[in-house]
Amino acid sequence: MEHIRLPKVESVRLLDRVSPRRSRVGTLYLTATHTIFVENEAGVRSETWVLHSLVCSMEKQAASASGCPLIIHCKNFQVLHFVIPRERECHDVHLSLQRLSQPETYEELYCFSFNPNVDDEERRQEWDFLDLKADYRRMGLPNSLWKLSTVNQHYKVSDTYPADLFVPESATPPVIVGSSKFRSRGRFPTLSYYSKENHAAICRSSQPLSGFSARCLEDEQMLEAILRSNPRSDFMYVVDTRPKLNAIANRAAGKGYENEDNYSNIKFQFIGIENIHVMRNSQQKMLEVCELRSPSMSDFLEGLESSGWLKHIKAVLDAGIFIAKAVAEEGVSVLVHCSDGWDRTAQVCSVASVLLDPYYRTLRGLMVLIEKDWVSFGHKFSHRCNHQVGDPKEVSPIIDQFLECVWQLMEQYPCAFEFNERFLITIHSHIYSCQYGNFIGNNQRERIELGLRERSHSLWSYLWTNQADYMNPLYRPDHSQAQGLLRPSTAPYCFKFWRGLYNRFDRGMHPRQSVEDYLSAIQEETQQLEEQLASHKQKIAELEQEQGWKSETKTTTTFDKSPTAWALGTDLGLANTPQDYTGGFITSSPCQPKVPDSSLILQDLNQTPETNLSNGSDQESGIADLSCRSPLSEDSTRDPDSDEAAYSAA
Amino acid sequence: AEEFSLMYPFFYRPMFEVIEDGWNSFLPKDAFKDLESMTDEWRLSEVNKDFSVCPSYPPLVAVPKDVDDDTLRKAATFRHSGRFPVLSYYHKKNGMVMMRAGQPLTGTNGRRCKEDEKLINATLRPGKRGYIIDTRTINVAQQAKARGGGFESEANYPQWRRIHKAIERSNVLQESLIKLVEACNDQSHSMDRWLSKLEASSWQTHVKEILTTACLAAQCIDREGASVLVHGTEGTDSTLQVTSLAQIILDPACRTIRGFQGLVEREWLQAGHPFRQRCAQSAYSNSKPRQEAPVFLLFLDCVWQILRQFPCSFEFSESFLVLLFEHAYASQFGTFLGNRTAERAKLSLPEKTVSLWSWVNRPQELERLSNPLFEANSLVIWPSVAPQSLLLWEGVFLRWNRSSRCLDEAYEEMVHIIEYNKELQNKVNSLRRQLAQLETEDPLLQTP
Repeated sequence: MEHIRLPKVESVRLLDRVSPRRSRVGTLYLTATHTIFVENEAGVRSETWVLHSLVCSMEKQAASASGCPLIIHCKNFQVLHFVIPRERECHDVHLSLQRLSQPETYEELYCFSFNPNVDDEERRQEWDFLDLKADYRRMGLPNSLWKLSTVNQHYKVSDTYPADLFVPESATPPVIVGSSKFRSRGRFPTLSYYSKENHAAICRSSQPLSGFSARCLEDEQMLEAILRSNPRSDFMYVVDTRPKLNAIANRAAGKGYENEDNYSNIKFQFIGIENIHVMRNSQQKMLEVCELRSPSMSDFLEGLESSGWLKHIKAVLDAGIFIAKAVAEEGVSVLVHCSDGWDRTAQVCSVASVLLDPYYRTLRGLMVLIEKDWVSFGHKFSHRCNHQVGDPKEVSPIIDQFLECVWQLMEQYPCAFEFNERFLITIHSHIYSCQYGNFIGNNQRERIELGLRERSHSLWSYLWTNQADYMNPLYRPDHSQAQGLLRPSTAPYCFKFWRGLYNRFDRGMHPRQSVEDYLSAIQEETQQLEEQLASHKQKIAELEQEQGWKSETKTTTTFDKSPTAWALGTDLGLANTPQDYTGGFITSSPCQPKVPDSSLILQDLNQTPETNLSNGSDQESGIADLSCRSPLSEDSTRDPDSDEAAYSAA
Repeated sequence: AEEFSLMYPFFYRPMFEVIEDGWNSFLPKDAFKDLESMTDEWRLSEVNKDFSVCPSYPPLVAVPKDVDDDTLRKAATFRHSGRFPVLSYYHKKNGMVMMRAGQPLTGTNGRRCKEDEKLINATLRPGKRGYIIDTRTINVAQQAKARGGGFESEANYPQWRRIHKAIERSNVLQESLIKLVEACNDQSHSMDRWLSKLEASSWQTHVKEILTTACLAAQCIDREGASVLVHGTEGTDSTLQVTSLAQIILDPACRTIRGFQGLVEREWLQAGHPFRQRCAQSAYSNSKPRQEAPVFLLFLDCVWQILRQFPCSFEFSESFLVLLFEHAYASQFGTFLGNRTAERAKLSLPEKTVSLWSWVNRPQELERLSNPLFEANSLVIWPSVAPQSLLLWEGVFLRWNRSSRCLDEAYEEMVHIIEYNKELQNKVNSLRRQLAQLETEDPLLQTP
């Protein structure tokens, strides 16, 4: 609390990003964990909550007569444009938020104060919900080819690797340790995914310390062991996900890539995914385009192109496809690395796994995959997501790109994934929110030291509990798309801009009716109908059989309520507000209704930590929303005199 | 008519039973009956019955009741190709109207026409003002004066406020289509190349501009409570894009399968969009015919954009739009032949060819084209025109470039979910009736 210089500011305006003429006046509160904007106009109270840990950057602009603008950019791509009456107040809010949004120690992170009121036993269950060993068992491991190695217990060989690792049966501890000494950060080649159908495996590591000519017998033996663990194959791929030039440059620093001459039976391949700095700049450029105020189509497309973002997404997906095909179609094992083996390597291995294995396209499977390839293998979440004050050059949207690759695949295969877009967005949001302990720290060792299992909560069990919100109605486990390897097209036109994530808070841009919600509502009704059908059948049988017996009084729930009323409800409120089509030409327009406008922010209320992040509760209000239909559509019948005045003034 | 009589529609004989002759399905006099049920301020004029006043208009047009045919004749001389202002749409909710016309022939010395002014002023309520939406930029409209065209000056039309938009002319649109199709066929697999070619084609820009203008027209009518006159140059291209899309936004009836057919009839075929000239070659043409332009395709693309944003508000599915696109360019039916009603009458199309609507309005075809998600929505639907909201119409432009199998499967899955639900509802209802019957037959239950 000591960082809050000013707990409350009155008469603050929150501007609508799309049409700044619409603004709302309210009170701004700073609490230990959130910034809260409370609008209290005409008796309608609406609140906007923003978690401090989601604040990415702030921009205090020059004061004008109307006040001092403060623009807050959030890590979930929300942008809030406040105007604070006095410069002094703005300054204080700015300084307070700057400190609050950049914790200096782990202890300050929200996950340590977030308390959803569960006891220790329940907390233990939360954390036990996902078990990585169970996933390796699912793959058929350990077996005669792969064994669980204890070499990294206490993180002695590699402090950024997990304690439990699978290595080839023939890899002895001296070989592992020797190999780890020849790899950046000791990240020796180890198993990421194993295909029990054909024994091909995806292994991962960091780059070898080969420099211009160095070699390491143990490392060569390690690769040999990986090759031998795939008895039907006489070679393996070594995939360096970096552009060739970057890899060559690393040689000067004593690092580099494998020399095909030194390793027997490897096929070496560069993939050309750019580094974290390029990705950070690219996303920054794309977000600038997303935030343009009424951009032309050319502004948008040119900006999207010059950001390079979709090109990078395509590169990651292409790499994943290369590996998935090698494993599934050629039956060849692959060793993947980049520099340190925790960014591009994590992306590529996990994308390949999603393509290969339908399990990772289920709700639980995706969680397991993120837990395995990202969390356990030491993707540096705290650095990359800027959880606390640190080196801005370490920040990079690597995990965003993975989630987007999954989304791009969902667009191509609408029936292949058990989860929906909302699931990805919710995960994205909590990777950055620090509300749950899962993504705190940079590796397993740090997380254990922080005692996160004892002191914070797990996102995965929260998501599992609320799985109804994240289900894709088009998914069926027996659907052909839900089987086997996905072979997506990576023609450039197959990649779309992910409006749902990057313009998530610009609700006016999204379709006003959701097919998915409609179908989910129908499915829910179908389920109830099935139950009714069964109970009716039973009752009829009873009645027919036991004529003369008095059967219990029947209670039939009637089913005349259309399921679609819910699905449409939330959306149609918005359907009734035209955008600013005029480019400000019709300035007389006083008829922009306030009501649907505020729904944008009202929804944010659902995102207070205690409640559901998804729109689960929207369905409830849907019916009520429908009743606003007529007032909204009648909104335009205004006082004819006001028309008059406006036109003659113009 | 030699070139016509050898065309396929003249030889095509339907292999299906014609339930309703589509040539008679959307006659102007029937459309007027609907109007009459809402207002008595309009009349159906026969001034153009021999196509002499305006060759590109149908024989019957709706005009303000108080304006006589003489006035119409004079106004016609003041409008491009005789296209005097006629009624396009009546907004039942507030009685506001949308009219369309050709550009006024003011020329460089600012000619005026009292009859034209009278005609359009007759559509305004006492003391009210209206909007003129000129689909051209002010510069283009200024330049038109040199060729005898022009726009309505404030001095002569004080009750009207003019808004200029920037919908491109047909030759620019044709260039755009060719570039877009070229971009879609690019085999380089380079993201930069694709995005820059997509941008350079400007196709999406045109979609955004047309949709924005239509929204503006709809906004003036529904939100500002004002009547609107729309025109560009000829009044046969961008004008029709705007008036027809505005109706999709405003009028739920236009979002049904039949209503949409009626809209295409009224606002495109009868309104004189020159289909023969515009839809001769599509994107692959070596000769670059001067009159070729994807004006109608852009309209369909805009409808598709709205459909994507309101997927439950249309009775028809995307396949209906694709079907209309195909038939506008090549068809066994006579519907899209010719440039105007007069030409169609001369060719005796209704007698010698089959109407597309005869094919469409049969139960099996209607079912194929219908949208399983449809729930009648009586509201005005305001689409988003942000670049992020406007997508490339894959169903047309990438149709032959990529497999749509997975998307088709998803569609089938969706249909299956809905059908299964209906099936269960029927079963539950019939069981419920059976149960009720059993209970009444049960003597013990009746006497507690």
